[in-house]
Amino acid sequence: MNGDHILSWIVYTPAAAGLVTLLLPRTAERAIKAFAFLASLVPFALALQAARAFDPARGDYQLVESAPWIRTATYTIDHHLGIDGISLLLVLLTAFLTPLAVLSSWNSVTRALKPYMASLLFLETGMIGVFCALDLVLFYVFWEVMLIPMYFLIGIWGGENRVYAAIKFVLYTMAGSLLMLVAILYLFFANGATTFDLPRLAHNLSSGALRLTSAEETWLFLAFLLAFAIKVPLFPLHTWLPDAHVEAPTAGSVILAGVLLKMGTYGMLRFCLPLFPAASLASAPYLCILAVIGIIYGALVAMVQPDLKKLVAYSSVSHMGLVVLGIFVFTTQGLQGATLQMLNHGLSTGALFLLVGMIYERRHTRAIAEFGGLAHGSPVLAAVFLVVTLSSIGLPGLNGFVGEILVLAGAFRRSPLYAALAASGMILGAVYMLRMYQRVFLGRADRPENAHMGDIGLREKLLLLPILAMMVWIGVYSTTFVRPMDASLELVRQRILHAPSPAGGYRVDQQERRTLPPQDRTDGR
Amino acid sequence: MAAEYLPVLPLILLVAGGLVILLLEPFTAPARKSRMGQIAVLSTFTAAYSLSFFWNAPERELFHGMLAVDRFGIFFQWLFLVITGICALISLRFNERENMNRGEYYALLLFACSGMVLMAASADLILTFLGIEILSIATYILAGFKRADLRSNESALKYFILGSFATAFLLYGIALLYGSTGSTNYRAIQEALAARLSMPGPALAGLGLLLVGFGFKLATVPFHAWAPDVYEGAPSPVTAFMLVGPKAAGFAALIRVLIQAVPILANDWRSVLWLVAILTMTLGNTVAVRQTNIKRMLAYSAIAQAGYLLVGIVAHNPAGQAAVAFYLMVYTLMNLGAMSVVLSLSRQGDARVHLEDYAGLARSAPVPAAALSLFLISLAGIPLTGGFIGKFYLFGAALSEGFIGLVVIAVLNSVLSVYYYFRVMVYMYMREPADTQEPPATIPAPVMAVILIAAAGILVLGVFPGPAMNLAAGSALALK
Repeated sequence: MNGDHILSWIVYTPAAAGLVTLLLPRTAERAIKAFAFLASLVPFALALQAARAFDPARGDYQLVESAPWIRTATYTIDHHLGIDGISLLLVLLTAFLTPLAVLSSWNSVTRALKPYMASLLFLETGMIGVFCALDLVLFYVFWEVMLIPMYFLIGIWGGENRVYAAIKFVLYTMAGSLLMLVAILYLFFANGATTFDLPRLAHNLSSGALRLTSAEETWLFLAFLLAFAIKVPLFPLHTWLPDAHVEAPTAGSVILAGVLLKMGTYGMLRFCLPLFPAASLASAPYLCILAVIGIIYGALVAMVQPDLKKLVAYSSVSHMGLVVLGIFVFTTQGLQGATLQMLNHGLSTGALFLLVGMIYERRHTRAIAEFGGLAHGSPVLAAVFLVVTLSSIGLPGLNGFVGEILVLAGAFRRSPLYAALAASGMILGAVYMLRMYQRVFLGRADRPENAHMGDIGLREKLLLLPILAMMVWIGVYSTTFVRPMDASLELVRQRILHAPSPAGGYRVDQQERRTLPPQDRTDGR
Repeated sequence: MAAEYLPVLPLILLVAGGLVILLLEPFTAPARKSRMGQIAVLSTFTAAYSLSFFWNAPERELFHGMLAVDRFGIFFQWLFLVITGICALISLRFNERENMNRGEYYALLLFACSGMVLMAASADLILTFLGIEILSIATYILAGFKRADLRSNESALKYFILGSFATAFLLYGIALLYGSTGSTNYRAIQEALAARLSMPGPALAGLGLLLVGFGFKLATVPFHAWAPDVYEGAPSPVTAFMLVGPKAAGFAALIRVLIQAVPILANDWRSVLWLVAILTMTLGNTVAVRQTNIKRMLAYSAIAQAGYLLVGIVAHNPAGQAAVAFYLMVYTLMNLGAMSVVLSLSRQGDARVHLEDYAGLARSAPVPAAALSLFLISLAGIPLTGGFIGKFYLFGAALSEGFIGLVVIAVLNSVLSVYYYFRVMVYMYMREPADTQEPPATIPAPVMAVILIAAAGILVLGVFPGPAMNLAAGSALALK
């Protein structure tokens, strides 16, 4: 294997495996499942290797590879891949969750297994491609192309109302991303029609070689932001999410919550902040307010959901609001917390959807009122569910706590009010999650089908074990994960803080502009 | 003298092929009429091959400035020849089934193609007009080729009456331009306008009437109303031809007139076409959302696509013209591919073209369903298909000239179009087939070949578009 092209291998192995899957005979279901699972382990192994080759002390792009893709008189588009500390974690998360998603579909997918597995694998290529692409057009291609497998996953293997949910998902995403495409093209022509290369555009913008008027910067920022805010989803653009989550098959929900939503916050960190720092500063107070509204609103709506999946979906709105808040307070802890929280949310919400899927497979319902006392019949399931619930509400010792406390600390530095409101969202989170747990698992099992639901089997235990291990690892020793992202986040922060402070935005004092000493950067861990 | 005639070899081959078919037709047994189709395919492909010798030839004008030999013309002639060849191919079985397997059909296709070839190569308004007329008259007859079918008759008559109407506008426009500039030759018109020898009033009026005429031929708003009925009623292979051939030829001729004859009036025609583009794509997409007949849906989608193509003309730069050329290439593949799937799944009498008939198609006919999905995804402009690169190219060209509003409206239109393109996939993949389980259609080998080649072409143009983009850019540079 050529070490220089490791990112290409990570990106394209799943798609190649997806094509092979389509060629397997339709009746060989075991072979299809086994092949898809083994194939999805390859990018994970490669991603681990990439992580070993990655130098955490550097904040720039590493493992970079670039090759000409489209060369015409007008356009120069490169196949340019590279990762920094932020994308490394998300690549790892994607490569980690995909095999679990494949494994979770072992018995639940009964028809058209072959295209299902192929869709999951194609989806993985799109997602990892988004996190690795350093050319704006290439990024856009991965960003959009991912819609097709997700559309089919929801639309074919989804629940009752799947067609509506699938088309809503596609239309929402397309509306945002096509405007982003216009912004990408505009940026290209503003820069003298020379390059779509992200590092070079960022460099030209920061060095002043490419000057945007304040109006231009604001509009471009908004065009990018809209695409990402829909994906996150930021309040009030979240309405596609509950539909998509409820209708999607379990693996679809896991991927959707685990990875797809992160593409939005990743896009903010990767594009909005470094390319348009002044506009980011100017709009940050508004975005923080929307994020806080999302945190509280998501939690309040989750409280009254009668459906397990819908509850988890709205909890995502709440948790992702916290990530956005962490990004747009522009403090070291906020950015660290936001990035870590992306990882945490991927793990805990992914696990919640897996668990809900397991319950659904046994009981064919997700209505909370139908359950009660499941812990008697399925103690292992109940125990795992409890750990995941606690991780989701941020119990110390588990992963959620570290991310939340970092974001709250970061937000407090900017504005104690945001921190207070966001913290109240956390409390509400504990309320609805624990109440849900109580109503589903505790009490007497009044209904016989609840008492005899059956516990999880070996495959399911093996499926959940890695996630639980990760939760504990991050909760106990988050340094492993915070260290690689540190330098990259600091670059983003410096870029923001050296931008001219606009009217209405944050006031940044000189002291904050200094690079903070390491010990200050690592507090709160 | 021979040098004059050599570059028109494709034209000669087409007409000769058509005449040979007409001559042989009475002596051919009814069962062997497909031979006529094979002659047509052969003559288009030899003509296309003969063209390749002129790609690197020096640019010049023949027959006293009537005909231009340049890369722009050659590019479009290639496109038309491929379109005609493919349409002849997908007609073979269809015509047998529908009892319209007569040699004249293929002769008319070749004559229509010769009209398009003239339009692409013309350097004079008179020749452009002749090309349009040759194309139109052949297409009027083709649309009504199913003589026993009322809808086909209606289609032909509607097309004929409205087409003749448009012709009158066109002719009047040409007359006014001639009157104000003293010539019908593009270059002479340009020089006369530049030297301000002309009267601007009549020249503008002439341009306006020309645009009306072209508007009819290209089915742009507000002259689009004929298109859906005509496309729906015509026999499916003819619909396929009309969706792509006359539209591509119309765009080629329009670009030549606008860029080579009246570039000085660019500010005027740009503002008109700006508005027409917006209206055309918005109306096409809005109405397409409500269609339940696939042929009608594709008709409205074609109207919308014409709106996108106009964006490239409004840009009025070489990249814009190259983008139009590139997009027409993609457009041809998408629409011919989609229509090939539609006609291969249709039944006797052009039945089974409703969305409901496509329910559960992924199960009964996986390959055509997958191919049709690809064509629709490309029409919607999703990456890794030629449709995305084409739109990227078109919108980029307009954006580089500062048409931000136009481009934003165009991309919002694309979002709207996703709804109806994806709805077909909903039926194919997410619905159960209807109770009356008909035996799956057997797809004739030539049609299957066309579907697969079109699908491969869409993917190649989407993943490695560089060479084709450079080809289109080379053709656009010839307009200078």
